[in-house]
Amino acid sequence: MSEIIKNGGIVSDDWQVLKLAEGESVESVVLPGTATLLPLAVWLARKPEIIASGQKTGVWLESSEDPAAIAADVAHFTVIGIDFPKFTDGRGYSSARLLRERYGYCGEIRAIGDVLLDQLFYMKRCGIDAFALRADQNPEKALASLATFSESYQAAVDQPQPLFRRRAA
Amino acid sequence: MYRYDDLDQQLLNERVSQYRDQMARHLAGELSADDLRPLRLQNGLYIQRHGPMLRIAIPYGMLSAAQLRKLAEISRRYDRSVGHFTTRQNMQLNWPKFEETPEILSELATVEMHAIQTSGNCIRNITTDHFAGVAPDELSDPRPYCEVLRQWSTFHPEFAFLPRKFKIAVNAAAQDRAVIRAHDIGLEVVNNEAGEQGIKVFVGGGLGRTPILGKVVREFLPRKHMLSYLDAILRVYNRYGRRDNAYKARVKILVQALGIEEFSRQVEAEWAYLKDGPTTLTDTEFDRIAQHFPAPAYEKLPAENAGYSAQLAEDKAFANWAARSVHGHKVPGYAAITLSLKKTGVAPGDISEVQMIAVADLADRFSFGELRISHEQNVVLSDVKKGDLYEIWKIGRSNGLATPNIGLLTDMICCPGGDLCSLANARSIPIAEAVQNKFDDLDYLHDIGEIAINISGCMNSCGHHHVAAIGILGVDKGGEEWYQITLGGQQGNSTSIGKVIGPSFYAVEVPDVIEALINVYLEQRTPQERFIDTVQRIGAEPFKTRAYAGRDKRKAAANNEERKVANV
Repeated sequence: MSEIIKNGGIVSDDWQVLKLAEGESVESVVLPGTATLLPLAVWLARKPEIIASGQKTGVWLESSEDPAAIAADVAHFTVIGIDFPKFTDGRGYSSARLLRERYGYCGEIRAIGDVLLDQLFYMKRCGIDAFALRADQNPEKALASLATFSESYQAAVDQPQPLFRRRAA
Repeated sequence: MYRYDDLDQQLLNERVSQYRDQMARHLAGELSADDLRPLRLQNGLYIQRHGPMLRIAIPYGMLSAAQLRKLAEISRRYDRSVGHFTTRQNMQLNWPKFEETPEILSELATVEMHAIQTSGNCIRNITTDHFAGVAPDELSDPRPYCEVLRQWSTFHPEFAFLPRKFKIAVNAAAQDRAVIRAHDIGLEVVNNEAGEQGIKVFVGGGLGRTPILGKVVREFLPRKHMLSYLDAILRVYNRYGRRDNAYKARVKILVQALGIEEFSRQVEAEWAYLKDGPTTLTDTEFDRIAQHFPAPAYEKLPAENAGYSAQLAEDKAFANWAARSVHGHKVPGYAAITLSLKKTGVAPGDISEVQMIAVADLADRFSFGELRISHEQNVVLSDVKKGDLYEIWKIGRSNGLATPNIGLLTDMICCPGGDLCSLANARSIPIAEAVQNKFDDLDYLHDIGEIAINISGCMNSCGHHHVAAIGILGVDKGGEEWYQITLGGQQGNSTSIGKVIGPSFYAVEVPDVIEALINVYLEQRTPQERFIDTVQRIGAEPFKTRAYAGRDKRKAAANNEERKVANV
């Protein structure tokens, strides 16, 4: 069990992230069962088997992986992880918005990897609603950072109307 | 100019608090230097050769007199009473204290200023024509477009960690004064056949190591689609721009790799999903913002002012200044003027605290309390009466702001270079000064006429050397400073990239090389030709030949010079 930020609180969480070890292949890796975020390639290769298992399913995307690959599958997932290999790699922000705004995914999107509290506000705006922080981050401060700004100019997932449409009203 | 409402101010105050907290956590050891770096950069704070440098945003170059007074005060309290204007129309403080930067940002916020996104791999300060709103050749005032873009780009949640920095410029005049094709995105305000206003979109321009001019990705985009279309461009770039090599990470490299047709296809495909969504710009919002840029309360004046004409006739020094510094204005009896920050012996673009106050006073007294910074690193007063020009010139002259060299050889764009910048391979400021000293005779300078000589201390090209008639680029060769010369670059509607003339030169050779190039021009020009015209007519060859002729002699002189220096 570890702690993550989710639904505006700090909660215990038992999801695991499966990463292929040296020598393991997509076909042969043993699936750990419930509450596991699977690599995209594993999901794509073994979809029938995973669905048949009837267990809670999740997948995680590398920053270079296109969410379009799971566009038709999102209903199967309880959690989709988006990996930030480095916090300065901003591709995950676009991935999150695409999952929410284009592919209609309503489940949890979890930031994993190099997740720092100073990035949480923008992540939240892009539709990420759970944050598995890097181990050295302070969860209370991370939680507080979600309220860094009380307003935003642009339309995004958390506020689909840009400020100018609300300002005019 | 745009004034903040409560929401704008609240967001800015929250930004100051956020930064203050980040710095406090850093100083308490909770936020490492590496993790702080992108955060401080997006608040303008660099760590340079001698310490921190703070780059303060001046959105599209517009300042009020009150804001400039605040900058003067900040430069006195937190720096060495000097600021430096950059080619993105911003101001850099070169000697702030690291721990005092939250205080500085807090001070700036009191006058609706900040350092947001002046660095970092995000959307940077939007730049435009320094004659916006007053230029006779203007189709429309570009500033409402710029302010719309400022708000859209400020804290854009999806594009704060792009592969590399991202620069946008807007032009709305017949003559491009914003070098839009040297930007990641260049926007040109145009009307279509139906008289509807929109923008022509260029993408993939940039200087730096690989200078490329932007290509047209859309000939006409209705204004209401501007933001959703830019979102589409940025999203394609954010997802597919290279992140493995900082030198190949700008959007120009992606455009080059895909080809403009394929890049355009991807943008259009992305945009198909975003078009007509909530980000579609409403006329109500555009008009709300445009109302912040009203024409000031101009007086009804005759086009010509008899007093001014007489002063021009009587005072040659004034006439010299006016010939270079007074620009056309769309309102009869008014002019825009440039105050030169290119006095020999002062680093180009530097302005002292005393000068800041003097400029603020001039703006209040003569130009409706507003001013602009040009990307050529000078100050513009945009709305002065012709009858006031003589008085302005006298005050400007007594404050070192009236060097009559605008557009001339000594009006060089120059980056801070190796004296201050940690990226630089070579110094820029001493080279600029040496060239200025060589050409300090005013009659000679005016006889040479219009010419752009720009200097960058490294390939990042902050000094815009690629788009100068003569570009000077500092290069490092085995720990020594050398300078590569390019010829034939231009800004404006015929923006073009200069070509390297050959092997680079020693620092001490540079002024003589410039003189050699100028001499070819003076010998070959026809009466109407500017330097760049002659280069284009006769080609680079005669210039190259002259630049390298007698090089051995110059080298020997250079060596003597160095020995002399060594013996001191």
